[in-house]
Amino acid sequence: MRVITAQMVTKAVAELAIKANYYLPEDVKTALTHMHNQEQSPLGQEIINQLIENAAIAAQNDVPICQDTGMAVIFLELGQEVHIDGDLQTAINNGVATGYSEGYLRKSVVAEPLFNRKNTGNNTPAIIHTEIVPGDKLKITLAPKGFGSENMSAVKMLKPSDGVAGVKKFILDTVLAAGANPCPPIIVGMGIGGTMEKAALLAKKALLRPIDRHNANPDYAKLEEELLTLVNLTGVGPQGLGGTTTALAVNIEYYPTHIAGLPVAINVNCHATRHAETLI
Amino acid sequence: MAAPIKITTPFTLEQARALKAGDLVLITGTVYTSRDAAHKRMTEALAKGETLPVDFHNQIVYYVGPSPAKPGQPIGSAGPTTSGRMDSYTPQMLDQGLLGMIGKGYRSPEVIAAMKKHQAVYFAATGGAAALIAATVKSYEVVAYADLGAEALARMTVENFPAIVVIDSTGNNFYLEGQKQYCRLPADNNL
Repeated sequence: MRVITAQMVTKAVAELAIKANYYLPEDVKTALTHMHNQEQSPLGQEIINQLIENAAIAAQNDVPICQDTGMAVIFLELGQEVHIDGDLQTAINNGVATGYSEGYLRKSVVAEPLFNRKNTGNNTPAIIHTEIVPGDKLKITLAPKGFGSENMSAVKMLKPSDGVAGVKKFILDTVLAAGANPCPPIIVGMGIGGTMEKAALLAKKALLRPIDRHNANPDYAKLEEELLTLVNLTGVGPQGLGGTTTALAVNIEYYPTHIAGLPVAINVNCHATRHAETLI
Repeated sequence: MAAPIKITTPFTLEQARALKAGDLVLITGTVYTSRDAAHKRMTEALAKGETLPVDFHNQIVYYVGPSPAKPGQPIGSAGPTTSGRMDSYTPQMLDQGLLGMIGKGYRSPEVIAAMKKHQAVYFAATGGAAALIAATVKSYEVVAYADLGAEALARMTVENFPAIVVIDSTGNNFYLEGQKQYCRLPADNNL
């Protein structure tokens, strides 16, 4: 058994919150440059240019890529041979509070969603997803999620007979309804299968995969390509002002499901598909 | 791309009328920041017959909730937020003389109708370009609702703030025009 202290977790989470918000991942930078060269709309090119320049300014000045520094979504892969000395959940939330304060990140969480919506003041609580895995390590991934794009996400319980055509129609309807709102070019995370909540979680997890890497299953890899092409035929374009770059990537994760169902979830992300991870 | 049109505030009806959907602009001068919570308070104040903390006649509002400023900086990152959330409050703001709005995303038919009535203009700033936009902000001063934090009503001085005219004073909508131009989906939607 290996001991990991609550303090180690807090420190790691604080660092991840700052890193994820300041520095745009390399795969996204590469995709932006590639799409800039392909974009047919001059205004669209100008916008993609601004995003590339923005990432450079954010990294150089150590400031957030976007003012919406999100709700902190945390994925834990906790080795079953690890003993956490202290309260894990509190350790994570202390890390979020520290990172959002020391990193000058915006605090965007309200304590109660419907009636008084009072800001908690330190961006806690985080959304925490924990998986127990073999081993004696703890992997922490922090993905700040802004709500301009989160609000455009959707879950649909398709019928098995809807098939691939149903999936295509769902993504088109979702991307067209989202239009300019999620700050395109977007990255689409899609979860297929499982149950309703499993599909949603898969869609979120799909956004953690680098966008230059396809699903290992060739059928799903091909579907990712097809859906990306389709989404980019909508004409929504950068910021919804028209163009050929509506999305930079479509990432799909799937899971076994029930004989009667075909759950599909779409988690929309802006170009700033922020995430950072560390292994303790 | 045509060179951007330079706009200096106060924004005037003449300037507003001259802008066309699709124009690139660089805005210099004063804009007011406000988003969901401040809009709610202002419309509640108007409903009670109170006056607003700021005279919005010929002013521009920027829908933004900036991240906190680092020491020595006027503001943190400051990109636009989704304008549609302000739609239910916007006609009342336009009745107060508001002439320009900066945000991102679609507006409701009611907002567009009110904009045409008042010949107001809606600009889009690039969502996600928050550090780049922050570099054009020279000062940021909270003028009301300080308790709302990032959502407070503030007066901001900007220099060459980049934006695009999306809905002009006659109601032309560049979201529709631009997307139509590049849409290549099969007409029968046969996937």
